[in-house]
Amino acid sequence: MGNKKKVTASDVIREKDKAARGQKYNKYVKQSTPTFSTGKNCVKAFIIGGIICTIGQGFMNYYMSLASDIELAKSYTTLTLVFLSILLTGLGLYQKLAKFGGAGTLVPITGFANSVAAPAVEYKKEGQVFGIGCKIFTIAGPVILYGIFSSWVLGLIYYILSKFGIM
Amino acid sequence: MGTGNDNNKPKMAGKQSIIFQNPPFIIEASSIAGKKEGEGPLGSMFDLVHEDPMVGKNNWEEAESELMKQAVDKVLQKAGLQNSDIRYLFGGDLLGQLIATSFGIAQTGIATFGIYGACSTMGEAMTLGAIMVEGGYADKVIAVTSSHFAGAEKQFRFPLDYGNQRPYSATWTVTGSGAVIISDKDDADRGNDAKVVITGVTTGKLVDYGIKDPMNMGAAMAPAACETIRQNFTDMGVGPDHYDKIITGDLGYVGKNILIDLLRENGYDIANNHMDCGIEVFNKDEQDTHAGGSGCGCSAITFASFIMNQLRSRTLKRVLFVPTGALLSQVSYNEGNTIPCIAHAVIVEAM
Repeated sequence: MGNKKKVTASDVIREKDKAARGQKYNKYVKQSTPTFSTGKNCVKAFIIGGIICTIGQGFMNYYMSLASDIELAKSYTTLTLVFLSILLTGLGLYQKLAKFGGAGTLVPITGFANSVAAPAVEYKKEGQVFGIGCKIFTIAGPVILYGIFSSWVLGLIYYILSKFGIM
Repeated sequence: MGTGNDNNKPKMAGKQSIIFQNPPFIIEASSIAGKKEGEGPLGSMFDLVHEDPMVGKNNWEEAESELMKQAVDKVLQKAGLQNSDIRYLFGGDLLGQLIATSFGIAQTGIATFGIYGACSTMGEAMTLGAIMVEGGYADKVIAVTSSHFAGAEKQFRFPLDYGNQRPYSATWTVTGSGAVIISDKDDADRGNDAKVVITGVTTGKLVDYGIKDPMNMGAAMAPAACETIRQNFTDMGVGPDHYDKIITGDLGYVGKNILIDLLRENGYDIANNHMDCGIEVFNKDEQDTHAGGSGCGCSAITFASFIMNQLRSRTLKRVLFVPTGALLSQVSYNEGNTIPCIAHAVIVEAM
């Protein structure tokens, strides 16, 4: 069948079986579609993600200098980053940053804030209940649901293990 | 008479095509575009360019409805006609249950057929309009479609301000609306300009080559374009040279190459006379539109401006206009389905 070989348009056209044609066509399309360079994207993500985290660390140090309570400083840092992300989202700038920074803007808490703020802005027009209320978590919803669910599963495992004296 | 007209020549051609015995005229066309489209290579040819993406309205859906309303008003104004002169309107858009068509056309009071063919809708509207006029069931009809970048993003992809990276294969939905008036006669004094007629159509089949990626619609739609163009050649007994240009709707750069490849394997070389509205409407390098423009408005505003101008000036004498549509929905996508596609070909000639 020549699975390792390149698939050409002629292989696709000659294939009579529909499922096999679909597979061949997908392979052929993959060859002819330009993609981002992963290396370049990783470097950009590292730089932008790093800058966001450095800014966070800056706030952390500042809040520590004010109250020298690490838990309080952590909470205020999170609040500040979330606020900045929502502000940039509202101004339409976070999307521009994300276009360049990719995962660097997605992974920090600013990405999570953006994924909640963006639907809120978009669906405001459909009302407070059916718009913002129903749709604010369309992107972040799965993260929240499965995040809480996996914490629960891990908690259960921890509980059982500690009952048997393993942990 | 067997054909319903004065002559006995058959109108049906091959398996999926029609040859019109009394080709209906496209007497006028209008194009309303958004800011980004206005800054593109075709910018100066549009009748109206809106700087405000909301077009003075409160939301994207109202904005697109307004674009469509303005396209209809403009085409009537250019033709010197009233709403009451139009027998039927064929319209469609991408928004759920044809929001833009329903709300945009409501005040015109024209009898309306709402149609959905995703981005192929302009081809479908012109096909049905031409059949209606040539069959003697209407003297004047309007074919109109629209799309809006933000409305389409919201419905098919992500909220506008959500931070993500568009792949290179992704297209940019055109904000705009294009309309044409199809008439049984063209009395206007056009000076040196050509009269433009629709001489035939080839209606596409649903084609599905198993693509699931909604960010690569050019690749999903290319086989549908290939099938319709090949069928047109077979039904009409012609080859690529029969047309000055074969113009697809919104295959973009990825889909264009695939289409040329696939047709070459079918024995037809269209590399020299192929053009794609999605490629023409934006400047890829300066406007960061990746694979090109897309949407119902893409082929509509390109046809109503650039292509009509070239036909009027006889720069192009005969074109095969083939808007292409990817018939995906968020539901079918979430359920893991592939993207069925369709393409409708309309033969347009300068007389």
